[in-house]
Amino acid sequence: MSENSLETMILADSVTKTFGQGDSLVRALDDVSVAIRKNEFFTLLGPSGCGKTTLLRLIAGFELPSKGTILLDGQEIGHLPPYKRPVNTVFQNYALFPHMSVARNIGFGLEMQGRPKAEVDGAIDEMLALVQMEHLAGRRTDQLSGGQQQRVALARALAPHPKVLLLDEPLSALDLKLRKEMQIELKRLQSETGITFVFVTHDQEEALTMSDRIAVMAAGQILQVGPPREIYTQPARRFVADFIGDINILEADLAASGKEVTLQGGLKMPAQLPEGLALSGRVSVAIRPEDMSFDPKGAMRGTVSNVVYFGVGSNVHVALPSGEDVTVRCAGVAPEKGAEVRIKLPAALQVLAD
Amino acid sequence: MVALPEPQSQPKRGAEANAANLAVARKAIEGGARRRRWQLLSPSMIVIGVFGLFPLTITLIYSFLSPGNFGGVTWEFTTDAYVQFLFERDIFDDTLSFSTTYLSIYGRSIGLAFGATVGALLIGFPMAYFIASKPPEQRNLWLFLITLPFWTNLLIRTYAILLIIRDEGIINVSLQGMGLIDAPLGMLYTDGAVFLGLIYSYLPFMVLPLYASLEKLDFKLVEAAYDLYATRFQVLRHIIVPMAKPGIVAGCILVFIPGLGAYITPELLGGGKELMIGNLIALQFGGSRNWPFGSAAALILMVVVMLSLIVYVRYAGKERAHG
Amino acid sequence: MANPRKMKDLRKQPGFEFLAYTCLFFLYAPIVVLVIFSFNDNRSVVLWTEFSFRWYVEAFDNDGIREATIISFKVAAVATFFSTIFATMAALATTRTPPYRGQTLAYAIINQPLMVPEIVTAVATLAFFTLIKKLTGVSGIGYLMMAHTVFCIPFAYMPIRARLEDMNLTLEQAAADLYATPFQVFRTITLPLMAPGIVAGAMLAFVVSLDDVIISLLIAGPGETTLPIYILGQIRRGITPEINAVSTLLLGLTVILVALFFIIGRKK
Repeated sequence: MSENSLETMILADSVTKTFGQGDSLVRALDDVSVAIRKNEFFTLLGPSGCGKTTLLRLIAGFELPSKGTILLDGQEIGHLPPYKRPVNTVFQNYALFPHMSVARNIGFGLEMQGRPKAEVDGAIDEMLALVQMEHLAGRRTDQLSGGQQQRVALARALAPHPKVLLLDEPLSALDLKLRKEMQIELKRLQSETGITFVFVTHDQEEALTMSDRIAVMAAGQILQVGPPREIYTQPARRFVADFIGDINILEADLAASGKEVTLQGGLKMPAQLPEGLALSGRVSVAIRPEDMSFDPKGAMRGTVSNVVYFGVGSNVHVALPSGEDVTVRCAGVAPEKGAEVRIKLPAALQVLAD
Repeated sequence: MVALPEPQSQPKRGAEANAANLAVARKAIEGGARRRRWQLLSPSMIVIGVFGLFPLTITLIYSFLSPGNFGGVTWEFTTDAYVQFLFERDIFDDTLSFSTTYLSIYGRSIGLAFGATVGALLIGFPMAYFIASKPPEQRNLWLFLITLPFWTNLLIRTYAILLIIRDEGIINVSLQGMGLIDAPLGMLYTDGAVFLGLIYSYLPFMVLPLYASLEKLDFKLVEAAYDLYATRFQVLRHIIVPMAKPGIVAGCILVFIPGLGAYITPELLGGGKELMIGNLIALQFGGSRNWPFGSAAALILMVVVMLSLIVYVRYAGKERAHG
Repeated sequence: MANPRKMKDLRKQPGFEFLAYTCLFFLYAPIVVLVIFSFNDNRSVVLWTEFSFRWYVEAFDNDGIREATIISFKVAAVATFFSTIFATMAALATTRTPPYRGQTLAYAIINQPLMVPEIVTAVATLAFFTLIKKLTGVSGIGYLMMAHTVFCIPFAYMPIRARLEDMNLTLEQAAADLYATPFQVFRTITLPLMAPGIVAGAMLAFVVSLDDVIISLLIAGPGETTLPIYILGQIRRGITPEINAVSTLLLGLTVILVALFFIIGRKK
């Protein structure tokens, strides 16, 4: 872990979480390690069942890890109950207290800490202004719209100024327009408050838009961690390449030098390997559809098998002589079905670790 | 801002210490939960256990003792109570002969209770179905109306029936007044009155579980049946009734068992001439002053109740197996 | 050839509606007659002379009735108090937990008073109390109150449990997340949200205690005559109009409480 420990807010070290026993044993997290930096918008991204919510709950304190350590700002918290951790959560269903007003909900955390009333009231006002809900302070929470409830949940979690804010798919219940607004809102809040945000989602677009860094998860493991651009352009694992955006995956042979691959049709291209990985022989390469284009001087040949138009452009499916298929994103006029085409490839091809 | 607890003293750092911390935390949580649960449950358990199960044991003991002179028991062991149940002792030559006196009381009670159950089912099922077919807003009102009599005092309700059906009651007086009959119909103090009274008392107990079952019914299945050319009656018989099975069983149990042990209804409407088990038992603790016999009778009733429960549960299970 | 009118509502079965209304009529008719004639000026329950509160006044003046009412309310109050507390604790212990050892046994014990015919419970309790009285020499109305508490517990338990099961588990997690200790969570979240269920349970217990006949009949000693026992005694002796008045009052009280119960249940 080559992380500067002064920069690290959360350190999960070899964390495993299992449920059940014997035949019904479920391994929700399998030896997971990750370091989340201070003042970072960090996203856990993956399909349902990948363990992202479990990891979040371990950080929050709703579950105990079966094995491994969780450190917060240098101190072990893995065994502490949630009310002893300076971490707050925004729940997927908001979990607003129905028998309390908006104001009391927001002030609840400070109230439980025994803060003097003046301080609590001040914090409530500050939070209401932050999420622009001043006019709804006295309302009962079941009279609010979904978007409003969401903002109250946020304000409630931020009011005690926690070191870390955990967000469990908080936008999934909102409609598209509201969701996009809230994404911008959340980003703004994070940079204004300087609190570390750990955000869980299965929506890869959302993750790419909002995050400083993304951890892509599947089947209880973290597959790749990096900034959005890196995850997108240099996926190290097949799953990551497949999960984010559209991808073409081709078989190739890696040269001994490790700097060149030979595609099935005999085409040789420069190779880009994932960091620190040594591979040889048969590998897979990943190419984004938008990184390919039709060019009479293109190195790759093929026959158009299908054209799917979607307004901004078309996805052109091309059959290669090797038997493989690729999809090329084409902005303008697409070639016709059955046409013989030549495709221009990117400068170097990304090799996958699996 | 929450202050984190001080880190453990130096020698305890490391993976082992962490695992130890986790184990301690886990045991505290799980053990605490179990302990808390039984602490919370214990008052109810103790109270009901002590007052429910323990007394039954005492009753069992009492049933093997001798009656006291002014009620109560004298602590002499005897099986007289149980013998009395089946046999009559000739006062002269002390021989025992088989007697059906008490058996017939039990038999009548079982018959009445069973009849009342069937009656309640026949009346209650359409009622429950009707409520379930109403739009949700109206259902609450109907449930309130049907439940209200249940909460009113059984004694008062039965008294009200008595007022109406007795010879000077409103039914007889009006019918005589209209010239339809010459003499009052002797409705009171008959088996029929008790039968009616039982259904009247326990009808809500049948309707509510039936309703609970029918409410869950997916009407799409009904529509599918109609789509496949079923008549209303066939739909009722093959779709609705089988799916309401759990409710039917629950309702029958809730009517039959209290019906077996009914006291007020036969007391008021049967007039002490037609005894049910409940009256018989109560009598032993009142005028007859034969506590051991009363205890024995009560225990025999419990046995009948247990057997009926087993029969019902097996019936419910069997039907589910056949589907 | 489908009859268009018949196809109007496939849910309806023929005759059920008529049966339902008829049923309701017969269910309420006796009660209504009783109530009406309690306001009748003469002793008859058949001939109506004029409207009057005469029997209500006589009922209030009647010492026997007054004492019986006081005793009934005293016993009901004590029984309600304790049974609701025990039932609340039992509900907290048995809901929203993963299956645990002894679960079926726990349910069986909690609901035991419902599964056993009242007469058997009455007999067993009488036997038990007699033994204890003989051994300890302690007498008093406490025995009656204890007996009532026992059979009220399952009735208080049901609405509390129902309310608890409906509660969103995440709310308590959210409270813990916001620094509330387990006790604080209980005090600020669990208890307030359970409150309607507890109130409903208490009302149910109160009604059930007020209405009990057979158990009270066997167990109550001299001077412990509850209202139902008194009424039963009067009925055996002959019909008195004061009984009609008292019965109507008791009915009225029950109606109010049950109506409240339903209204509270609706306000989720």
